[in-house]
Amino acid sequence: MSEIWAGMAEAFLLIWSLDADLIDITLRSLQVSLSALVIACALALPLGTWLAIRRFRHRRFVIATMNAFMGLPPVVVGLIVYLLLSRAGPFGVLGLLFTPAAMIIAQVIIITPLIASITHQAMRELWSDYHDLLISLNTTHGQRIATLIWDGRRTLMTAALAGFGRAIGEVGAIMIVGGNIDHVTRVLTTAIALETGKGDFALALGLGFVLIALSLCVNLAIHTLSRTEREGRW
Amino acid sequence: MIRALLIALALTVTPVRAETLRLAATTSFNNSGLSDVLLPAIAQDIGLDVQLLVVGTGQALRLGQSGDVDAILVHSKAAELEFVAAGYASHRREIMYNDFVLIGPSEDPARVRAAATATEALQRIAKAQLAFVSRGDDSGTHRKELALWAAADHDPANFAAWYREVGAGMGASLNSASAMNAYILADRASWLNFGNRGDLSLLFAGDPALFNQYSYLPVNPERHAHVKAQAAQALEAWLVSPRAERIINGYQIGGETLFVFNARP
Amino acid sequence: MVSRDLYAQLQAVVVKRRGKAVLGPIDLDLSGGGVTIVLGPNGAGKTTLLKVLHGVERVTSGSVSWSVPAKTAQQGQAYVFQSPIMLRRSVRANLAYPLQLLGLPKSEIATRVAHWAARIGLSAELDVPAPRLSGGEQQKLALARALIRRPDTLFLDEPCANLDGRSIREIEEILREATEGGARIIMTTHDLGQARRLADRVLFLNKGQVEEQGESEAFFTEPKSPGATAFLNGDILE
Repeated sequence: MSEIWAGMAEAFLLIWSLDADLIDITLRSLQVSLSALVIACALALPLGTWLAIRRFRHRRFVIATMNAFMGLPPVVVGLIVYLLLSRAGPFGVLGLLFTPAAMIIAQVIIITPLIASITHQAMRELWSDYHDLLISLNTTHGQRIATLIWDGRRTLMTAALAGFGRAIGEVGAIMIVGGNIDHVTRVLTTAIALETGKGDFALALGLGFVLIALSLCVNLAIHTLSRTEREGRW
Repeated sequence: MIRALLIALALTVTPVRAETLRLAATTSFNNSGLSDVLLPAIAQDIGLDVQLLVVGTGQALRLGQSGDVDAILVHSKAAELEFVAAGYASHRREIMYNDFVLIGPSEDPARVRAAATATEALQRIAKAQLAFVSRGDDSGTHRKELALWAAADHDPANFAAWYREVGAGMGASLNSASAMNAYILADRASWLNFGNRGDLSLLFAGDPALFNQYSYLPVNPERHAHVKAQAAQALEAWLVSPRAERIINGYQIGGETLFVFNARP
Repeated sequence: MVSRDLYAQLQAVVVKRRGKAVLGPIDLDLSGGGVTIVLGPNGAGKTTLLKVLHGVERVTSGSVSWSVPAKTAQQGQAYVFQSPIMLRRSVRANLAYPLQLLGLPKSEIATRVAHWAARIGLSAELDVPAPRLSGGEQQKLALARALIRRPDTLFLDEPCANLDGRSIREIEEILREATEGGARIIMTTHDLGQARRLADRVLFLNKGQVEEQGESEAFFTEPKSPGATAFLNGDILE
């Protein structure tokens, strides 16, 4: 219990003193996870919506596979991405290994199925509501997708935040493909792993509380910006 | 002497560029805290920004083999010689050594303190079947531990549940040992820098068999054309320089020196 | 009322669902403006007929043709469903939506939205989320949303099924205005009183067939088919 108090104290000190290392790894955590989120959403939102409104032969199989990929162990994703990006691997020439880019790639792979799956579920419900109307109005495919995404944006935001939460807390994959290099690929989660490994629990906990606070701030910011709880909204 | 002059020359002539070099080093090297002192000095002296990947010896060798890093710093002579023989590095350069120590519960039920040699200490633990944590991760430390068991006429494959392989780095393994109040073989530097000792204390040290040599191996540019061979050379030159000697020999934790510089120019 | 020429034709149209014929075979010529009421018992195929005419239900065999190309025809049509489908947006956004799809300029959209909001008495509720309106208000909104595009043809599927008397009267008024404005209306209903009030022409459907069609006065005073007679009598048709 004393460790936990020590951790909170450590967190407070780090933030109060605007510790340079802390700022460095916090900004990098945000950079990596937010970039991964943007890319993943760009892929997952249209994909999930499209799957909800299109009928084609192997649709159920695709949906089942997408849902299954939500359960991909992140560390396995990390290992596969590592093997692909290693100099000994097919994409080695790109020199992406041990850079933030590699971390972003791994995280995109991890969170896209999650966002796509929630999107698909939400869009499916919405589509069954809107189906007759949108067809009657002669909408094009693109118009349908745009309408569904806009009207379903609250749920999609939840999907995105779920993806973000998964990304910012992830440590296995980015440890492998990033290498946890100080000032280059070290982020909050990998730093926590490092300090825990060194037995410096107070610092590790402190960083942990910073991570939690960060996640809370991001969530609050997005909810405030979209005024989710504004009176009159559903 | 000549190297000192060359370095002095390099310092005055070469503009400080932010060139980067990827170095895979072992967890025991990083946990000692020495890297936190060396890296800034390297950056200052030769303008080289060393990107340090802290991994186990096994993974470091893999990284060197596939050319994902430019050089490695490990402590497992047999594996290093194999590495050079296979052509992944042109040579190995001994830099410094520290020693391994036996850690265990302060009570010392196996009476390891009274042992004359490391081998005897391990035999006592095995006989009493007391909890022992092993790195189990094919690292330099792990290989040293296995070598010691072999010298003590034991095969860890036959050990019962008292022998626990955690498959983790030095710090994580020490955490586990602390939680289990078990015996463990650790490098002195990591032990001195470890913050979660619990009831553990240093029980045995000093046997020459516990000698732990760190060597530097630059990845062979003939195998991987893209490695920064020049930077790797510059780093090697620095690591065997008098400046490095001063820093390494002068590095202390709680008044104790951890490493002994033994590079030959 | 402007009498128009033949505008739609169904030839040997059959619609099957799960192997069973729910509509057809039907040969039908539709002409004239005003209000055509489609009457018939439940399961007669009224909704299917409407959807086939609107092009949102596929025929199993046969053809549906309009006097203009099919695409143009559908663009000039609007459809009001039995249960109003509200976009999860404000009243204003619902009204504006079909016009935005057409790419009309913002000023034009604003004008029409204001006009129709006033017409259905929801000017004060423009920013209220549509799903929060009452049933009657939603249906009026759906109707306004359909008419805001100035369609030639308006389909309505039992639009007043669950509404109170006042809403029914308001809707019928709007429909009358629409026909005066030149739109033709094809509507299904259960309410014989409403049929009598509104119809210029009646189509009587039973078991997927058109059993009778004709001018409304003639239909209501002297139905010719036994099915229609029984229906108007209030009997249950099986």
